[in-house]
Amino acid sequence: MSNLAVGATTDPGHSSDDPSRRDFIHIAAIAAAAGGAAAVVWPFIDQMNPAGDTLALASVEFDLGKVMQGQQVTIKWRGKPLFIRNRTPAEIAKAVQDDNASMKDPAKDADRTKEGKQQWMILIGNCTHLGCVPTFGGGEYGGWFCPCHGSVYDTSGRIRKGPAPLNLALPEYAFLTDTRVKIG
Amino acid sequence: MTLKLLSKAVFSKAMGLALTGALLAGGGAMAQAPHPEEPENIQWSFEGPLGKFDQAQLQRGYKVYREVCAACHSMSLLSFRNLGDKGGPFYAPRYPNSNDNPYVKSLAAEYEVDDIDSETGDVIKRPAISADRLPSPFKNEAAARASNGGSLPPDMSVLAKAREGGPDYIHAILTGYRDPPAGLKVDPGKFYNPYFPGDLTSAWSGDPAHIPHGGVIGMIPPLRDGLVTFDDGTKSTLDQQAKDVSAFLMWAAEPKLNERHQMGAAVMIYLLLLSGLLYASYRKVWKNESH
Amino acid sequence: MSGHSTYQPKTGFERWLDSRLPIIRLAHDTAVSYPTPRNLNYWWTFGGILTLCLGVQIITGIILAMHYTASADHAFNSVEHIMRDVNYGWLIRYMHANGASMFFIAVYIHMFRGLYYGSYKAPREVLWLLGCIIYLLMMATGFMGYVLPWGQMSFHGTVVITNLFGAFPIVGEAITTWLWGGFAVDNPTLNRFFSLHYLLPFVIAGVVILHIWALHVVGQNNPTGVEPKSKADTVPFTPYATVKDGFAMSVFLILFATFVFYMPNALGHADNYIPANPLVTPAHIVPEWYYLPFYAILRAVPDKLMGVLAMFASIGCFFALPWLDTSKVRSLRYRPTAKLYFWIFVLACLVLGYCGGRLPDDPVIPGLKTFILGDSDPNSFVWLSRIATAYYFAYFAVIIPVLGLVEKTLPVPETIASPALSHPAPAKTEA
Repeated sequence: MSNLAVGATTDPGHSSDDPSRRDFIHIAAIAAAAGGAAAVVWPFIDQMNPAGDTLALASVEFDLGKVMQGQQVTIKWRGKPLFIRNRTPAEIAKAVQDDNASMKDPAKDADRTKEGKQQWMILIGNCTHLGCVPTFGGGEYGGWFCPCHGSVYDTSGRIRKGPAPLNLALPEYAFLTDTRVKIG
Repeated sequence: MTLKLLSKAVFSKAMGLALTGALLAGGGAMAQAPHPEEPENIQWSFEGPLGKFDQAQLQRGYKVYREVCAACHSMSLLSFRNLGDKGGPFYAPRYPNSNDNPYVKSLAAEYEVDDIDSETGDVIKRPAISADRLPSPFKNEAAARASNGGSLPPDMSVLAKAREGGPDYIHAILTGYRDPPAGLKVDPGKFYNPYFPGDLTSAWSGDPAHIPHGGVIGMIPPLRDGLVTFDDGTKSTLDQQAKDVSAFLMWAAEPKLNERHQMGAAVMIYLLLLSGLLYASYRKVWKNESH
Repeated sequence: MSGHSTYQPKTGFERWLDSRLPIIRLAHDTAVSYPTPRNLNYWWTFGGILTLCLGVQIITGIILAMHYTASADHAFNSVEHIMRDVNYGWLIRYMHANGASMFFIAVYIHMFRGLYYGSYKAPREVLWLLGCIIYLLMMATGFMGYVLPWGQMSFHGTVVITNLFGAFPIVGEAITTWLWGGFAVDNPTLNRFFSLHYLLPFVIAGVVILHIWALHVVGQNNPTGVEPKSKADTVPFTPYATVKDGFAMSVFLILFATFVFYMPNALGHADNYIPANPLVTPAHIVPEWYYLPFYAILRAVPDKLMGVLAMFASIGCFFALPWLDTSKVRSLRYRPTAKLYFWIFVLACLVLGYCGGRLPDDPVIPGLKTFILGDSDPNSFVWLSRIATAYYFAYFAVIIPVLGLVEKTLPVPETIASPALSHPAPAKTEA
């Protein structure tokens, strides 16, 4: 270590005339390289987000004309089941009647449907517990029943019993005409 | 240097011969046949490191495709929504999601596509939506050949990248039809084009040392002056139509070109800066060391 | 990994870890304190650049595999899906496709550097052989990767290359059938090539570790070819080599980015944007540019089996090189005659690469027709490639062994630092 004759072991940290400028250049170079590396990471992460063709099908239009009263149609939307139910007046009445009952996730039936279109119950068909698909007609509230862990939803898709924490989720949708709905 | 030499080799004129024989009347190319004529080098708006597509030109090009080419050529990799994508012919900043672009929707609705009736299982027709792919003019390859005298009109989705010379070549083909030179036998329904790769040796009865350039193409000359009316008032000459549709096809083949050039500029500036800093750092580190 | 470790754990944790898994010591000895000859020039930065290339290819490749579908029906469209719909898919695919070319540019420079400075000579034979194995693995990986987009060039290139194995007598047909998994290149071929294309880079990474290990045992060669004798001849790897490698990588990335952003398809072939069609072959089949010299050697020999053997032998030469070279002097810097033959060899390789991309019967000088020699005009690419091929093999088999015995060399310096170095440090207060 003592052989400094040709500077073999010179520590560059102690050999410069102007330490501050030296440090600045090294720090700037390292910072620029690190910044570039960080910027490169973004495309590598973003590529795992939904691709253009997946996003293109993120919204679907559906013709409600084919769904008779008391019927439910299940369509695939964003890879998930979507329940489109044409409720009977009895189901609606039951849901409204329970509006003030004690619930885990209180909500009014009117807030879960569109005004004037109360017969149309449009729900994302995944149980809010762990994502299973509930079946209609099970359980004691006349609505949906999840076979996985026994969550019971009423005719408005509100959670009434069982481990699920939340009501069945509502997708974003709008009526284009009386019989045509755009979901997403 | 190595690279330049080698890439030149890859790009040699001989490559022109490598084009698909799908439309070729004769078949296999022989080394003795002359190479096709060199396409005219057009100044495209998307050339150069800062080049980008000219949206008005893409719109005109789409119209040429829609009204002329689409009768025979599919573009099956394209969806209608792509037309409204950033950099595309009908992009509107108001509709960042091209699926909502009403003009794109109306373009899609002009087409009918096959679908399955979810209740009966029957094949039905419905108007296309923006997420649909552009429908093909023929049901399958056999049907396409049957309607085109045995030739298969190639899919145009990546055509501008699948041909040596790209848009220059497409423009040259579209504008390059000529009467066959005396001594060249051209079958009915086929056309002589000096830019089309081929081997005319067997069809040539003239001087064997002067076999004509080019080949015989199965496509009827598709464009002529005034064939398409441009909505923006551009004079609809054959040359203009050919340029516009070539640019449109280049966009279709390389839709992310604008984005690529933009990002390239930023990356280049960054790398030059980084190299400068690293060089300064390198000089500093080695300043007191012999090497 | 070799010699005495200078690593001293500073914290309690480092001491604790060092007695259980000396991984920090390994990193320190490999990348920090490792003594590097002080006279290395920029040709020595390509080792680092190659590591960068391998990293880029593996990362972008893993990403592409997330979106790619290895199936004859969907491969082409899935690549276009990546180009059109996947976020930044175009960037990642162009990085991967051009990254392969960059990898080969760097590896060729790295190899010619080793050739010029005698880096294959004792005691670095194993280091050199490991490098040759990496190169072979790269060729296999690159070839199988080119198959995956399932374009016309992918398909018919595969047909041609796999048929090479059919040249072997008796077993040839069985080998090709086995490679294809059928009677022609088809879906099974694509699937197995995808699987192997994914596997091989990790094998390469493994051999790279051995390559670096061997390097650290024998130490780096240097432009003089004289082994470092004292600490005066070397500098610690960090910061000296690190910063120089970093600068070189950054410059190399400028070249890389130029291709990715401004000419992404320049090194590819237009035909590969046509979906594979087993019924029509493109009129002119060419491999990727980095195989062209070997392709030219293959075509230079008129006999099928001999052509294939010549092609394999041309790569085999590199493996035999350490034992072919008889010279006592390592670096060509002190071998003026050998230097001349070396540059002719480089030229021969470039000529072969050029010929590999041309039609064999096309004239080299346009319009000049002379006479027929053997099977074609001497003014043709096939004859030009024959001359270059002859030189290629003569260089290994005759020139290198003989020259080492008969040439007159220049005086070799005692040590790296003893003659004046090209960039002497400014005069300073001596200790």
